[in-house]
Amino acid sequence: MSILVDKNTRLLVQGITGREGHFHSAQILAYGTKIVSGVRPGKGGEWVLDGKVPVFDTVSSAVEATGANCGLIFVPAMGAADAILEQADAGLPLVVCITEGIPVQDMMRVRRYLDQKGTRLVGPNCPGLLTPGEAKVGIIPGHIAIPGDVGVVSRSGTLTYEVLYALKQRGIGASTCVGIGGDPINGTSFIDTLALFEEDPQTERIVLIGEIGGSDEEKAAEYIADHMTKPVVAFVAGLTAPPGKRMGHAGAIIEGGSGLAADKIAALEAARVRVARHPEEIAELVA
Amino acid sequence: MKLHEYQSKQLFAQQGVPIPRGRVASTAGQVKNIAQELGGRVVVKAQVLVGGRGKAGGIRLATSPEEAEEAATQILAMQIKGLPVRKVLVDQAADIETEIYLGITNDRGARCPVVIASAEGGVEIEQVARQTPEKIVKVTIDPLMGLREYQARNIAASIELPRELWNDFTQIARGLYDAYCRSDANLAEINPLVITRDRRLIALDGKIVLDDNGLYRHPDLAEMRDLDEEAPAESEARKYGLSYVKLDGQIGCMVNGAGLAMATMDIIKLHGGEPANFLDIGGGAGADKVAAALEIILGDANVKVVLINIFGGITRCDEVARGLLEALAEKPTSVPMVIRLVGTNEAEGRQLLADAAMITATSLVDAAQKAVAVAEGRKP
Repeated sequence: MSILVDKNTRLLVQGITGREGHFHSAQILAYGTKIVSGVRPGKGGEWVLDGKVPVFDTVSSAVEATGANCGLIFVPAMGAADAILEQADAGLPLVVCITEGIPVQDMMRVRRYLDQKGTRLVGPNCPGLLTPGEAKVGIIPGHIAIPGDVGVVSRSGTLTYEVLYALKQRGIGASTCVGIGGDPINGTSFIDTLALFEEDPQTERIVLIGEIGGSDEEKAAEYIADHMTKPVVAFVAGLTAPPGKRMGHAGAIIEGGSGLAADKIAALEAARVRVARHPEEIAELVA
Repeated sequence: MKLHEYQSKQLFAQQGVPIPRGRVASTAGQVKNIAQELGGRVVVKAQVLVGGRGKAGGIRLATSPEEAEEAATQILAMQIKGLPVRKVLVDQAADIETEIYLGITNDRGARCPVVIASAEGGVEIEQVARQTPEKIVKVTIDPLMGLREYQARNIAASIELPRELWNDFTQIARGLYDAYCRSDANLAEINPLVITRDRRLIALDGKIVLDDNGLYRHPDLAEMRDLDEEAPAESEARKYGLSYVKLDGQIGCMVNGAGLAMATMDIIKLHGGEPANFLDIGGGAGADKVAAALEIILGDANVKVVLINIFGGITRCDEVARGLLEALAEKPTSVPMVIRLVGTNEAEGRQLLADAAMITATSLVDAAQKAVAVAEGRKP
């Protein structure tokens, strides 16, 4: 077992002919994950990746023809919000958006629409999902993680790799790694992912990786205290970061938490989460 | 990206928000002419991208063109929080009866825009929010519906605005919301929005913070960036798509990914060192970007050692190695470097750097310890 993606994932990749999309699709295929279709308007009917993947002009025609059950987006920022909406409209239940740099106001509208639609989004600005040994939906290098019982959820990209790698070096594997992304408005949250891990029989313990800004870590701490029976280890990046740029008076009035790493760490520790001082220490605390 | 007051108010005015008559100037002579044109009392306001201008003496009332000229001479010679004043806004002075606060920003928690208003506007608004939160009205807006007329009217009623001003207030709030949406702002704020003695509403001060991710569709706004207001190294970094923040320590950092870059700074501090900067080369950086990054780091004279921590995913270690070699070939340096390369093409990257005199590290802890040792003049 795992969460969100596994051997049964039938992946659709939007932006499959672009530089990043093409490179990472090859890695995904090499990992053994089925890419059943790609989408690129104007290139429908072509086959890519050594003739293994058919390309369609639209997401809806690709879903209809190939039975995709998960979408992955590599479309550049100016088209990415549209791509998320197109995948939701085509009925894909799970949409993973790697793209970085989508305007915040676009994401507010997209998120509102997805909530009404019931589509689950992971990202944007995230490394995607990895269920070691079963499925890779994103850009997390496959060789840095092994199958196991640790559920990993992270707002960061490369920091997540660091943690997976440190776990692997101690012989510890992951059930699923979920990169939820670092943007102010995203899809799946820490809390959504913690709830999935709590229900997942394969996951015995959880690693949560946060960073400065917002108050998602504080909310996660509250959820952990009230709802989680499985042990959680955390790391929060940014203890030495200079205080964030202030966003006028409105920002100071509206922000719930301070956004500071020290406050997030205190909230997590109050929820009996063990907090590592650096990424490599996470592996020691989990062991 | 922050806009100046005069730029923000122009964007508000384009959406029908009333602002004082006024113009921007960069010399005291221009200020005198503008004051003459406007007639009567004027306010001369420093245009710098920091708060607290008034308290620093950067905002002065003048009753004649000569007084305005005099005020401008003084203000244009000032530095406010380290920023030199290069421009002033000359506005017709208003007869203020009441100061209101009206702002729109992104509510991360609610994932919606939120309108914030208070009958007690002015410079102490944050204190009002802390001490008497009941005096602050917040209304979240459905981003698919926008700010509706009834919502604006409800806000007017909640802050007990006189009834005869409700219509005008509704126009202003919706104009502000339009300015926020059309410019892809993270913040659009009027503080204060004043009621004048002759019972008109007017936006006396304005602030807009733009979402950098939205700038690609607003080339006109992108051009408003004031390069005088940021450190040259930061402008240089942005040109290459690098994210750089200068700090006060001695250990320069080059990392891929913001989270890992922060974690690298944290671990330096944990081992007794001080990071000289935050620098994220981003995902998939090529050799040219890496070379530019190294040059920016070495441009800081405080840097005694550079710690390079790359965990290759999209970024390839061999590309990073090539960039470093390029930069060093062009500008040799005596500053020692500690490097850790892990992930995509790590073997190729290490091979390329085998002949370069760099201190290699295997783990993050190892890298931090070595960098701190070098910075302190010890053997790594």
